[in-house]
Amino acid sequence: MKKRVYSNPVGVSRFTGLLLILPFIAGFLLFTLYPFVCSFAVGLTEYDNIRPARFVGLDNYKSMLSDDNFRKALSVTLKYAAILVPMKLAVSLMTALLLNAEICGIGVYRTALYIPSILGANLAVVIMWNYLFTSGGLVNQVLSLAGASPVGWYGDPDKAIFVVILLRLWEFGSTMIIFLAALRDIPRELYEAAKVDGCGSFRAFFAITLPQLKGVIFVNLVLQTIAALQEFNAPYMLTGGGPLKSTYTVGMLIYDEMFRYDMNAGYANAVSWVLFVLISAVVGIMFAVTRGRRRDEK
Amino acid sequence: MTKKLPLYVILTVMAAVTLYPMLWLIGASFKSNSEIFSSAWFMPKNFDLSVYRSAWKTVTPYTMGHYFMNTFMIVVPKVILASASSVLVAYGFARFDFPLKKFFFALLMAGMFMPAIVTVMPMYLLWSKLGLLDTYVPLIAPAAFAGEGMFVFILIQFFRRVPKELDEAARIDGCGTLRALVYVLLPCIRPAVVSVAVFTFLWTMNDFLQPLIMIQSVEKYPLSLALRLSVDSTGQGYEQCKIIAMSVIGLIPSVAVFAFAQKQFVSGITAGGITG
Repeated sequence: MKKRVYSNPVGVSRFTGLLLILPFIAGFLLFTLYPFVCSFAVGLTEYDNIRPARFVGLDNYKSMLSDDNFRKALSVTLKYAAILVPMKLAVSLMTALLLNAEICGIGVYRTALYIPSILGANLAVVIMWNYLFTSGGLVNQVLSLAGASPVGWYGDPDKAIFVVILLRLWEFGSTMIIFLAALRDIPRELYEAAKVDGCGSFRAFFAITLPQLKGVIFVNLVLQTIAALQEFNAPYMLTGGGPLKSTYTVGMLIYDEMFRYDMNAGYANAVSWVLFVLISAVVGIMFAVTRGRRRDEK
Repeated sequence: MTKKLPLYVILTVMAAVTLYPMLWLIGASFKSNSEIFSSAWFMPKNFDLSVYRSAWKTVTPYTMGHYFMNTFMIVVPKVILASASSVLVAYGFARFDFPLKKFFFALLMAGMFMPAIVTVMPMYLLWSKLGLLDTYVPLIAPAAFAGEGMFVFILIQFFRRVPKELDEAARIDGCGTLRALVYVLLPCIRPAVVSVAVFTFLWTMNDFLQPLIMIQSVEKYPLSLALRLSVDSTGQGYEQCKIIAMSVIGLIPSVAVFAFAQKQFVSGITAGGITG
């Protein structure tokens, strides 16, 4: 067997790097691998954190099939992600395109448009959102100025989910800034060459910008999908999952089973494991599709 | 100029739409209950700053100062630990070759795509076994282990932009591995380190699920939980302006840190070539 040569500076051992990343290795074992294994194991038991765990095999998974709450939460979560993620990507990309312009004072606009996303599902933001969307709130006042009739945002099972979606959409800053970074990395020469060839800015967008951004669009898509599928904070604070469980996500179900009812740790962990498998499957499909597309192009 | 005018108009409208709710929130902290629900205009009829004095006292047994202290006792160690550990790990990946490097890098990437919600419940069970619930340890400890793959990734991109000759020169001058990092490389990647610190600060200020699960006594509540408690313990008839004033006060640290670090922070991300 040929011995691997490590390309390190003179006098540096091949274990120096290993030593430096030791915090990561320890953290991975402790805070990622351990909980994943533990979650699966607890999911096979009936456990309340007080009495010893009782092994029940796949019973938790079987009861999920007949649990209406779970089925409802699953469909709400998928619907939420399916609406939010494409909208957020589109808004972020369009804003990033505007903010990429070299005009005077652009820095002020970049900051202004980024500000909402530094606040997250902070309670102040939630309070604000509640006032905006109550029956007499700002949004309905603006709607009535436009002649529309007021909407019962929080009371209507079809509308409530949009209150949550709009909050997360309002916070498009972090996806936007990743797009902006990527836009600034596109070589100027490409656009100049296109201009010389008589290519309009509209065509340049589809011929140059979009293909160059493929990588980041994918990264943003995956990160946002993962975040959306495990949403907990926003619906928990805004709607509490209501009305009629129309905003009740799988994340909330896991929390409720664990902490609101009598510590159903076995079931909660089984559900979170299913959520993990679901997210992995969705992300896996995304990877497979893009790889397939890339192969077609070759 | 005429060509740029539409762009200014669009951007101004967008900025107005995103920022108006916040302006309205500040205005509402001076309004009576009926005024809040009757007017979309943000300006209150009259300013009475005393609402902020009573908001500071909160409706709980402690003042907002107490909750700020609690929050900072979580945030400050977290920011330091997360920045330090992420820099060390990124340095290892960016500048050294070692056994299983590719494997560990793949783990780092995979970690970025792991849903956090799966790990929360088992960690709760573990911390409760260790008797560390209702302390700040479960909230702070993970930060010491470069837990955010995203941070390490951004830092690696920055390290790669610094010419390797710089480390070599430092070595020839007798700098060891760590001294080369602190005195030579760190100044070069400062914007990225600021980004990591600011992100950690903002995310921790906003974190709700973790403290909600791990902290039980009101005395130890961070700001996010204290605000929630205030909302839950007052009814619709209560003077809403006080609750709003509390939440406005609660936003100040995040906005201040962002404003202060804004230039380095935004350039840290946009100039970083994270697309690399």
